[in-house]
Amino acid sequence: MTIKEIQEEIVDEFSLFEDWMQRYEYMIELGKSLPLIDEQFKTEDNIIKGCQSKVWVHAELKDDKLYFTADSDAIITKGIIAILIRVFSGQPPRDIIDADTDFIDEIGLKEHLSPTRANGLVSMIKQLKLYAVAYQTQLN
Amino acid sequence: MIQTALDIEAIRKDFPILKREVNGKPLVYLDNAATSQTPQQVIDVIVDYYQNYNANIHRGVHSLSQEATDKYELARQKIQRHFNAAKSKEIIFTSGTTHAINLVANGFTSLLEKGDEVLVSAMEHHSNIVPWQMLCERSGAVLKVIPMNNEGELRIDLYREMLTSKTKLVFCNHVSNALGTINPVKEMIAAAHNIGAAVLIDGAQAAPHIKTDLQELDVDFYTASAHKMCGPTGVGILYGKEEWLNTLPPYQGGGEMIEEVTFEKSTYAGLPHKFEAGTPNICGGIAFGAAIDYLNSVGLDLIEKYEHELLEYATEQLLSIEGLKIYGTAKQKTSVISFNIQGIHPYDIGAILDKLGIAVRTGHHCAQPVMDFFSIPGTVRASFSFYNTKDEVDSLVAGVNKARQMLV
Repeated sequence: MTIKEIQEEIVDEFSLFEDWMQRYEYMIELGKSLPLIDEQFKTEDNIIKGCQSKVWVHAELKDDKLYFTADSDAIITKGIIAILIRVFSGQPPRDIIDADTDFIDEIGLKEHLSPTRANGLVSMIKQLKLYAVAYQTQLN
Repeated sequence: MIQTALDIEAIRKDFPILKREVNGKPLVYLDNAATSQTPQQVIDVIVDYYQNYNANIHRGVHSLSQEATDKYELARQKIQRHFNAAKSKEIIFTSGTTHAINLVANGFTSLLEKGDEVLVSAMEHHSNIVPWQMLCERSGAVLKVIPMNNEGELRIDLYREMLTSKTKLVFCNHVSNALGTINPVKEMIAAAHNIGAAVLIDGAQAAPHIKTDLQELDVDFYTASAHKMCGPTGVGILYGKEEWLNTLPPYQGGGEMIEEVTFEKSTYAGLPHKFEAGTPNICGGIAFGAAIDYLNSVGLDLIEKYEHELLEYATEQLLSIEGLKIYGTAKQKTSVISFNIQGIHPYDIGAILDKLGIAVRTGHHCAQPVMDFFSIPGTVRASFSFYNTKDEVDSLVAGVNKARQMLV
């Protein structure tokens, strides 16, 4: 599936929820089921700055596609990461660079997009895109 | 029902913001240690200033300027009386506590020698650590830390041992922002004075809750921020004993702080203007005075008593939650509760409480060394003011229970 298709799928899923509590419960579930990052990648270098909770992201290029693993010590943050990974992991770096993230607004998580919000969703997206830019350069 | 002489319902009506909703729920504002809310009486003063007598002060011959100057200086006197400073010129208006601390730290650069020691407490806000580190880098002085125990109380026995002829300056908060501990500052000041060291006490977290008598404390420098005392942001004070303020060099150069200027040399104005370069936050200063009036009209002694009852009630209720641990269990505390629930990140609790309309602070509270001491990434901090109610404590407890149920 393309990034756009996955985003639409997530928007559909979230449209079933009636209130914030269901959305949060779902995110918490996603956070709990996020595949664990290999411990060796939980290094200081892989920590995303600007988050109140710790977030580690690792990226790997395989068959010209970029795969992410990540972790956080806060579960809601992990849920947000899980959503981002579902959208971006396994996609070509060029597509990740070009993708917009308007779907976050559509699934009612707009408040997490504020640059001043301490969980740093913005920093997370920026980091994923930075990885994509770095690997795209390799591919060129 | 908490027994109190305060009419909380009437007090709450003074604060328009308390009527609003957040995320569809009535606002429960429990982040008072970060900033307090503003009563209508203070808002009215701010509006009145801009509507009726906005003018630059201390220099105009025209009536508006005179009026604004009078009101600004009257505010200084109100603040002087409130803290019982000996003279109003010992009250320097600043942009807040951070500015006040930097002013003193900067001034001490030329007064310290290599090898002198500056003591700071282990429970300081970053704004209280960094200026002293910078001072030590400039002067070659050594920064030493007064340790605390597991309850979050300073080790006064060790502090006394740390005081030597090398100690030139002691810095400590009156109340810890992260833990709520009320430090025994009177005792600490007396001990420092015995060996000839000067003492600066940061009163930002104490001033909204405790009546402080500066002359009785015999403190050399003291700071406070208006926005934690029902006043506006961007204004605060530095109190300094007259002899100390005369000793310290000016912090910033500019208009207002000079007596005579030629290109060869300038002479500085007397106190307090020597430290008030440039156009100050005139409206803010006047509104600070109004906030002090407001607090006194409610009565700081009653506020202290009521907030203590809220603290005890909230402590008891929160401790009934499984896995909840409170950090900062000093015998003497203001109405601040820092806590975590085992296995849950404070950020997650804060995010869910926000959805329930409950405002708390999460994170390290700009006191990373305190968090390192307890080996935690941060805490959830609920801080109560006199306009908070027992019902709001119940909402917090219900919210934390809800968060726990969702997150565990």
